Amino acid sequence: MQRIGVFVCHCGSNIAATVDVSKVVEMAHMEPGVVHAEDYQYMCSEAGQAKIAAAIQEKKLTGMVVCSCSPRMHEATFRKAAERAGLNPYMVEIANIREHCSWIHKDMEEATKKAVILMRAAIAKVNLNTPLQPGESRVTKRALVIGGGIAGIQTALDIADAGYEVDIVEKTPSIGGRMSQLDKTFPTLDCSACILTPKMVEASAHEKIKIYTYSEVEKVSGFVGDFTVDIRKKARSVDMDKCTGCGVCQEKCPSKKAPSEFNRGLNNRSAIYTPFAQAIPNVPVIDREACIKFKTGKCGVCSKVCQAGAIDYEQKDEIVTEKYGAIVVATGFDTINLDKYDEYAYSQSKDVITSLELERVMNAAGPTHGHLERLSDGKAPKEIVFIQCVGSRCSDDRGKPYCSKICCMYTAKHAMLIRDKYPDVNVTVFYIDVRTPGKNFDEFYRRAVEQYGVNYIKGQVGKVIPQPDGKLLVQGSDLLDNKQILKEADMVVLATAIEPNPDVRRIATMLTASIDTNNFLTEAHAKLRPVESPTAGIFLSGVCQGPKDIPETVAQAGAAAVKAIGLLAKDKLLTNPCTAQSDILLCNGCSTCENVCPYGAITYEDKEVNDHGIRETRRVAVVNNALCQGCGACTVACPSGAMDLQGFSNRQIIAEVDAICR
Amino acid sequence: MKYSYYPGCTLRTKAKDLDAYARASAKALGLELEEITDWQCCGGVYPLGTDEIATKLSCVRALNAAKEKEQALVTMCSACHHVMKRVNDDMKNVEDIRTRANNYMELDEPYAGETEVLHFLEVLRDKVGFEELKKKVTNPLTGKKIGAYYGCLLLRPSKLLAFDDPENPKIIEDFIRAIGAEPVIYPYRNECCGGYISLKEKEMSKNMCEKIMESAEGFGAEMLITACPLCLYNLNKSTGASLPVVYFTEILAEALGVKEEVQK
Amino acid sequence: MSSEKKQAELIKEISGVNPLKCMKCGKCSASCPSYNEMDIKPHQFVSYVINEDIESLVNSESLWKCLSCFACVERCPRDVKPGKLIDAARQIVVRQKGQDYLLADEIPELLDPELPQQLLVSAFRRYRR
Repeated sequence: MQRIGVFVCHCGSNIAATVDVSKVVEMAHMEPGVVHAEDYQYMCSEAGQAKIAAAIQEKKLTGMVVCSCSPRMHEATFRKAAERAGLNPYMVEIANIREHCSWIHKDMEEATKKAVILMRAAIAKVNLNTPLQPGESRVTKRALVIGGGIAGIQTALDIADAGYEVDIVEKTPSIGGRMSQLDKTFPTLDCSACILTPKMVEASAHEKIKIYTYSEVEKVSGFVGDFTVDIRKKARSVDMDKCTGCGVCQEKCPSKKAPSEFNRGLNNRSAIYTPFAQAIPNVPVIDREACIKFKTGKCGVCSKVCQAGAIDYEQKDEIVTEKYGAIVVATGFDTINLDKYDEYAYSQSKDVITSLELERVMNAAGPTHGHLERLSDGKAPKEIVFIQCVGSRCSDDRGKPYCSKICCMYTAKHAMLIRDKYPDVNVTVFYIDVRTPGKNFDEFYRRAVEQYGVNYIKGQVGKVIPQPDGKLLVQGSDLLDNKQILKEADMVVLATAIEPNPDVRRIATMLTASIDTNNFLTEAHAKLRPVESPTAGIFLSGVCQGPKDIPETVAQAGAAAVKAIGLLAKDKLLTNPCTAQSDILLCNGCSTCENVCPYGAITYEDKEVNDHGIRETRRVAVVNNALCQGCGACTVACPSGAMDLQGFSNRQIIAEVDAICR
Repeated sequence: MKYSYYPGCTLRTKAKDLDAYARASAKALGLELEEITDWQCCGGVYPLGTDEIATKLSCVRALNAAKEKEQALVTMCSACHHVMKRVNDDMKNVEDIRTRANNYMELDEPYAGETEVLHFLEVLRDKVGFEELKKKVTNPLTGKKIGAYYGCLLLRPSKLLAFDDPENPKIIEDFIRAIGAEPVIYPYRNECCGGYISLKEKEMSKNMCEKIMESAEGFGAEMLITACPLCLYNLNKSTGASLPVVYFTEILAEALGVKEEVQK
Repeated sequence: MSSEKKQAELIKEISGVNPLKCMKCGKCSASCPSYNEMDIKPHQFVSYVINEDIESLVNSESLWKCLSCFACVERCPRDVKPGKLIDAARQIVVRQKGQDYLLADEIPELLDPELPQQLLVSAFRRYRR
């Protein structure tokens, strides 16, 4: 018979205001095996834990139940407390009477009844608990970073500087990401390339960092500390070792009609290309869709002009398999498609552009070489209208329900830069709210208004009306003046909502990392574990987790790196002892469990069994405890009841159900 | 292909052209439009109130008649189309309206939005196909610069009408191309002409139509086409640019070489 | 419940609109082709219902200027549908006896030979019970 202690927490008023805790204690004494029960205001506090330790020692407890918050919150806390007092941590059970009871009920009598039932179930289970010992698994001391934008680069640099090896996998031909497309950065207006390029160079030169560009993660298996990842290196058609980056191939390439991804399709690039001048690696790729040689078999100009003999039309995709202890996702964002927002005439006029396109227009390496001009006729604009919240904060099915967070600041930046460089250009911003929380952010926005004379109008735009003379008529609200205004403009810039890179769905599935309804990766805890995925060993860096600007991204990238380093620094990880076990006397070797196991932890062996005196060799299931994650799928699937999960045995579960139904 | 046809009140009186050209074109295209017997007026505007039932029954009758014949219901007038599609959506998706309307109707089998409602333009696009239509054109309107006037009723609310992109539609432009003419895209083509407001507020409607006309003319349109008798009436009252405004079925009949036949 | 509150509830019920979804962006008023003719603007309709100032609403000229063209409904980023609120206020007025906005007597002088039937039936439905 177990000697069980029951500890009922008030959680301040969180539980005690709805559940009669003294009644719960009283009822605990009536349960079989219970030799001690008490309540306390905060069981998780030092004093609360001391009470638990004292009871374990004085009453010689062999098991305990804590009636408190969710086990996700404090199961680990109470298990550690029990262990310090000499009790096996797996003899501790939590009855969740907060999230499952007090927080969701109002009637005290009913809630108390329910709390008692939840407690009873936990006691019934503890009566059947047995002490368990965790095993150990090894940690591969290398990290994988998916995505080579500023988030991925920063995370990789921080991990590498701590002395661990890191691989970056980047889908496009160069690292740099969105930040490389920006002209200037708020709130200090330093040039984006000037602060990003050194980091790109540092990453590529770092002895601990290996960069796979033009590559994608194809398959992930394993678990925390021991992931196995297949990386597809797409055929570049250029030998990375031979290429000197001279650029002659790009100059001579006769196919120059492919839209430049880097310049958001505002101009064209050659079929063999590096996305931008500072690209890393400075090795071009051949876009086989656009290449004449690949389309028709004729041409081959690049190969002829390449002095280094680096062009290789025969190159094939290559799969590299690597092992990693930790994986950081840094897949970033894109702007939303504006097809559903054509009241702004984006598809009807070349002079209606997104803010990211304006970055390229303002950039010296952009399609207009940094001259502010209309894309339709190359004329210098005199009136520019900015429209905020295009697709953000929309609860209809056209846009995104969230605030994209960065638009208020970059719009103030654009407005200010234009007024500074072209003082004769009038700039108007239609806004709903100007949101500038952040260090020196509101000051920055006010400078745009007060010092640079940017005209901010509170109200949304209903329609952008292209005129026969090429101008744009902007019909908007001025809510403070209570007027509908018609403003003639030469250019309209749309602060387009951002969304997670669409690839994130595929990657999240491979990693079994969860994503929310907006495709942002979910963090393990919104406040306390913001850079970890609920899946062990997976960390989050940058906008893939939620909208953020560059300083926030860099901060989060560092935080994700620290979490990854914390994992890599361990030589061994304790494994969960709650794994499956097969009873060889019951197993009939049917393979059902093997087929449902998501971790490949079950194999079959021929074993000699002694079945009531009959010795024979049978084919039976064997669980690899290092691979088993304790999901329990096999125990449910097993037709003969041979599979059981330690710590969650069939008997224990039934005992809980019985206790609830009693 | 046989369709149930709901002409609506105006097509029997002031907009006989819209109807006659449609019937002749349909025949030329091998489509059979079977007029619903004893149809009643749709009311011209969709009753927005969630508690309106009686005002929706005339549409339910027509929709049910088509259902009984297992035919799609074709409309010609934008207003009828708007009302018919929205009432059909109510019958399909709004339980309260469906139950109460069926209580009134006492049909053999309750009506629950089974009928497919198609504007004739949708028939041309989705059933005939503009490529097919192009092949049947005998008298292409080559070189003619035509502005499509959509107005509001065909497009909005787009979720329910599911007709085309409400801000940048192209169905009528594609239709214009199919009959060999050149579409003129102008930004006011989906703005309202004033609708019924022109009965009491003639100036308001006139101002709106002037904007539409001037915009269309500015972009080089030589004429406007519409599917709505009220739009046609309002646009013709505009004193600004005076482009001719005709029904889309008229130029369809012309392109198919059956216009004269109708005029006889 | 005060009668103003009751009427506000009635408007919400008839329209099926939840005015609390409004984020006050003004896109409805930016889209409205009748804006200049209205005394209470489309975006204000929402706050009048929230503030239960129904007296002002039902006496507003705007009831008779709204075209039900659905530009505001189509473009509203919060799915508030101001046009439906205006129509519900109009319903409240015309459903009261003697409150028809269009009288049978005034019709003959509004007619002209080209006027389509559709215009009359539409106006009847909007302006009368």
